[in-house]
Amino acid sequence: MKNYIRLNLSLLYWILIAPFTGQFFKIGPIFRQMVFIGVRAAPMVALTAFSVGVTLAMQAAHSLQSLGAEMYIPDLVMLTLLREMGPVLIAVIVIGRSGSAVAAELGTMKVSEEIEALEVMAINPVQYLVVPRFLAMLVMLPALTIFGNYIGILGGWAVCRFALDFNTAGYVMRALESADTWDLYSGMIKSAVFAWIIITIACNAGLNVEGGAEGVGQATTGSVVQALLAMLVTNAILTGIFFFSA
Amino acid sequence: MNTNGETIIGVEHLVRRFGDRAVLNDISFNVHRGETLVIMGGSGCGKSTLLRHMIGSMKPTSGLVKIFGDDITAMTEREIERVRLRFGMLFQSGALLASLTVGENIALPLLQHTDKSPDEVEDIVRQKLQMVGLTGFEELKPAEISGGMKKRVGLARALALDPELLLSDEPTSGLDPIMTAVVDQLTLNLTKGSHMTAVVVSHDMTSAFRIATRMIMLGHGSIVAQGTPDEIRNSPNAEVQQFIHCQADGPIPLNLSQEEHKDHQHVRPRPFLGGRLRFHHKHS
Repeated sequence: MKNYIRLNLSLLYWILIAPFTGQFFKIGPIFRQMVFIGVRAAPMVALTAFSVGVTLAMQAAHSLQSLGAEMYIPDLVMLTLLREMGPVLIAVIVIGRSGSAVAAELGTMKVSEEIEALEVMAINPVQYLVVPRFLAMLVMLPALTIFGNYIGILGGWAVCRFALDFNTAGYVMRALESADTWDLYSGMIKSAVFAWIIITIACNAGLNVEGGAEGVGQATTGSVVQALLAMLVTNAILTGIFFFSA
Repeated sequence: MNTNGETIIGVEHLVRRFGDRAVLNDISFNVHRGETLVIMGGSGCGKSTLLRHMIGSMKPTSGLVKIFGDDITAMTEREIERVRLRFGMLFQSGALLASLTVGENIALPLLQHTDKSPDEVEDIVRQKLQMVGLTGFEELKPAEISGGMKKRVGLARALALDPELLLSDEPTSGLDPIMTAVVDQLTLNLTKGSHMTAVVVSHDMTSAFRIATRMIMLGHGSIVAQGTPDEIRNSPNAEVQQFIHCQADGPIPLNLSQEEHKDHQHVRPRPFLGGRLRFHHKHS
């Protein structure tokens, strides 16, 4: 925990204070990480989000049809995706895909003395390795969430259009009417917070690996488990703050 | 030997304990500009730990480590970084960044710490690679070259910023005899030509006597002997003689058990094969 707090403070220093002392972070590595964390995860995110959209619509249809309230299916798909399923499920994908990869990569660098070599070359590992990954994650997780929301809504539409005889315009109108911008923003805030949690836990696990290949394996597993738990607990807290207080 | 020169490294009464065990016990020595100090000693005698104190990545239990006249044990991380810009370090494994090519590895310190243009950096990288006999290897990844080559690239990277001080952890282990001679010659040229100072941790006695202007032998965490190569060669100390003549028999114990290490207590050995391994045992 002490290491984790120290990593966060150091990260804040390199992002918020160091640029004003002339040590600006380099843009190239950030884009490289954005491609890895974001662009390459897009197909997986699309498949997940589409499946979720389809599932939500089917479940909603099942319950709402018995009440004669099929017209509310788009509302349910839209709100569930924007507020909860979008940010949470896409964070789960990113934890499994990128969080574990970052922990393993930094862990391997640690055990093969690469981190120490950077330090000896007077290159700060947080500045050189953590900052680009952090910024890339902070941009790409919300971006992936927006992308996933679109695909999920498409999945809901597919069920409504082909199985329930909705017309497309009706679905779109109903969905847009049900959600306001706060539903989108609350999901975006969540996913930015998740991005912070995922990448700092992964980097911290990687940078503190001890004891060879076994240590790298443990750190990778540990980072996935910790990030999942922290993300889900934070989600509950944020939902409480956004939608349940007052 | 130039003992009147500026003191580059001053180690004073350095003590480092891990738990009860003193890995370094009251070590003191100085290294002057232009010298090549070879630190030798058996495996586990604290050589690498000593080196880690000199680069500031470990803090001593007590004592001082002065680099270029400043005590680095009392410095903050930022101050140590400024000192580190003036020295290069060659790691035992080379410690190249696996995600970068050979050329990018050598260019890294130049791109991070100087305002040189990419063309200038490329020129320097080519020149350093030529120095270690690896012209044309810029594009390869560390995984594609041999262990000895990695080490030479590590040396090229350590020399990229033309450091005043070069620290090498076993620079010649894993190199063939010819390449060992090349690396030794390189160290000699650098210390002679540019007044660079070198500290080399080594097991390789031929190489050590070829490059050293002064030698230190460590044993059980303290200095067993120190002096010029001639003084070491003629040292009356039996441990030194055993080490430099590579003999199996002598005062240096062959097997060190942890109990022996502690108090010479004789404790019945505990079984150490856990259930995991015992499970695999075949009863025939």
